[in-house]
Amino acid sequence: MTIPLEPVSDSALPEEIYGDFQVNMRGCNDFLTLNFTLSDEQRLLRWSNYGLSADFLGDYFASFFPGTCLDGEQISRRDEVKSVVSFVSNELLENAVKYGRHSQTLPVTITLRLFGDMIVFEASNPSTAEHVKGYRAFVQQLVSGDPADLYFRQLEQTAAGTGQSQMGILTMINDYQARFGWRFSPMPSEAESIQGAAAEVPWLVDVMVCLNVGGR
Amino acid sequence: MNALNPLQTDDYSLSFDPQQAVVRCAGFLRLDGVTQYQPLMDLLLAAIEVSPVLVLNLEELEFLNSSGISMLSMFVVKIRERGDVQLTLRGSAKILWQTKSLRNLQRLMPALKLKLV
Repeated sequence: MTIPLEPVSDSALPEEIYGDFQVNMRGCNDFLTLNFTLSDEQRLLRWSNYGLSADFLGDYFASFFPGTCLDGEQISRRDEVKSVVSFVSNELLENAVKYGRHSQTLPVTITLRLFGDMIVFEASNPSTAEHVKGYRAFVQQLVSGDPADLYFRQLEQTAAGTGQSQMGILTMINDYQARFGWRFSPMPSEAESIQGAAAEVPWLVDVMVCLNVGGR
Repeated sequence: MNALNPLQTDDYSLSFDPQQAVVRCAGFLRLDGVTQYQPLMDLLLAAIEVSPVLVLNLEELEFLNSSGISMLSMFVVKIRERGDVQLTLRGSAKILWQTKSLRNLQRLMPALKLKLV
């Protein structure tokens, strides 16, 4: 799939794109963005805020959908959207906060865009080259393999206690038919020098998730 | 500290009823990682010692994050490995995450009974 690239990173280092990452989005009926700037000490202490934010996003977008159930359905479109949006938002925020790294200028951001029956989530967070390396390896494995196969293998591994990272992403793909895209961008102009040591270049991690709601 | 003591916070509750051989979980569960779910896992493991035929009732569990789903799958695999415990999951067909994700636990353990009411 050809994606027209708008340069967002301010360096000669190329940004990397994987999966289904839409750079230009038009025809959006509604969107909402939340920005979080938190110190490293605060971001885990404020854990309950992310659930609150996810539920708020769920309630907000659910209001655009009908509250009645179709024949034979147990869950209305409104309740479906509320659940899907709060689950996905919660997972994206948890990942952004847990694996992100504090930056003076780059916030954790989550944006939701509604296109009729399709919702596009975009979450971004500052990170480190180290973390991006591991994440990139996982993404490459994911885009080249079978997600269902990966999901059940990871579930068995998790159940055996050998680590549970990325279960959120695999759950969203396997259980919610979410389509994912990723963009990793180095940000040398945001480099912060700590105690005279060589400045560490942060990376911006951008995760995009597309979901259809209500299509039967 | 008794692992069978009920757990209760503003967000969720988990309790074991030995008379009915039921563990009930209700509310919104989004703890930070599998280690935070350990007290819940401990209660579940203690419950199957008392009641090897157990119902886990999730009908009022409105929200569970992926760390919680991971914890549940760890519990199911422990039961599979023991081979001497019969587990039934009771959930709600009106709660979306349950309609999407609980079936995967049956793939982990085909002997698991799943009822969405």
